[in-house]
Amino acid sequence: MATRDYSLTGPSAKRAVDAGLSAAEWYHTDVSRKEMKALMKRRDGPPMRDTMIWAFLHVLFATGGIYFWGSWVAVPFWLAYGLLYGSACDSRWHECGHGTAFRTRWMNDVIYHIASFQIMRNPVNWRWSHARHHTDTLIVGRDPEIAWMHPIRLGMKALAYVGLHDTLVSLKTLARNAVGWLSPDEKDYIPQSEWPKAVFWARIHMVIYAFTVGVATMMFLGGLGWKAIIPFLLIGGPRIYGCWHMVMTGLLQHGGLAEDVLDHRLNSRTLYMNPISRWIYWNMNYHVEHHMFPMVPYYALPALHELINYDLPSPNTSIWDGYREMIGAVLRQRREPGYFVKKNLPATAKPYREDLHTHVPERQDRRNSHALD
Amino acid sequence: MPWIDACATDEIEEEDVIRWDHADRTFAIYHGVDGAFYCTDGLCTHEQVHLADGLVMDNDIECPRHNGLFDYRNGNALRAPVCEDLATYPTKVEGGRILVLLE
Ligand code: FES
Repeated sequence: MATRDYSLTGPSAKRAVDAGLSAAEWYHTDVSRKEMKALMKRRDGPPMRDTMIWAFLHVLFATGGIYFWGSWVAVPFWLAYGLLYGSACDSRWHECGHGTAFRTRWMNDVIYHIASFQIMRNPVNWRWSHARHHTDTLIVGRDPEIAWMHPIRLGMKALAYVGLHDTLVSLKTLARNAVGWLSPDEKDYIPQSEWPKAVFWARIHMVIYAFTVGVATMMFLGGLGWKAIIPFLLIGGPRIYGCWHMVMTGLLQHGGLAEDVLDHRLNSRTLYMNPISRWIYWNMNYHVEHHMFPMVPYYALPALHELINYDLPSPNTSIWDGYREMIGAVLRQRREPGYFVKKNLPATAKPYREDLHTHVPERQDRRNSHALD
Repeated sequence: MPWIDACATDEIEEEDVIRWDHADRTFAIYHGVDGAFYCTDGLCTHEQVHLADGLVMDNDIECPRHNGLFDYRNGNALRAPVCEDLATYPTKVEGGRILVLLE
């Protein structure tokens, strides 16, 4: 299996810059300024409603889990709590990081920090890594957030649904940042002026985890037995037992699609999904639309989708359909490095802007794409 | 440089921005919520993206690429990933035209 270099400081990074793939001009569907202004408009109402439901459900499920402790009835309460904490945090972190959820700026910031804590991400590092992900989406050597790196280790991907490995890696990163160390990749995408902030927020996160361990230890020493794990079920633990939905939806965003292209229609996936998943995921299933127009808040993405659908490949019809396509492509990528799903465009769409990226030298032997649909 | 005639006041809706190119440079001209007109450099200080494609909200302009935020009245960078302030230029209105003083 071919190995690619995904580091941000290695040969791929240099090649991407030399090939003009970094900070490049991307294809955008035409949308009039008037329509775009209406779509970009921020409101506090929808995110406040969703945040109040989110907060209320945290309290409700945690209370149920504690109240029914010792009986099997507690299990669904903890699973639901874990889902809200360990999965819904991802979309809140993401949208508030963009600053698009709330009109009121401090509300975005507060939810961003809470969700960053839940997802165990350093709020400074990830703001910058995500900015890079938008500038250089799936450009190898530039994008720090590529989920499917080749060669794909399917066992590790399957394990990601139980977030144990990811949690340990995240805690290690936070601990490393807390003592003042930033990795070469982090130093590449975070400006130096922000490094002290990264250290500060890592320390805040670690203090809260230390406090949680302290409370659990005291409960155990106080003779509460198994109840001493409740602090971990409430804080930190849901990142393990509740992350499955975040992983399920997150892997679909770009899985099996093209690397090193400059047209989001080739490297991002839009799909339809059930309303509960869409609420948890804050409409990020409209992922091509989000990448093309990151200023559009999550509650306006369905309208944006309706507006530009004529120019996009047909969406996958469900999570199942998305997985069928993605897993098929990923298995083939293991045999044929360079293969990616290239969906047919509707007759109304402008052709893929392959001219924007075809001059990449490495692409010469990576042209095995296959049309689907 | 003298005051330069940039555009007509009615070319910019209130709480909006347009791009203005002049002498190999690019600027953004804003119609503020206070009714006044403002001018800044046209490109974001983070990654050189045209701010005129962004969103004007109250006194701020949000960059279309990574949602960095500036106060367009004084150019102050307000939200990462923008760290560097934006240059601003004085404006005045004469006979329905917006004039910009470029140094
Ligand atoms: S280019 Fe403006 S915020 Fe990044």
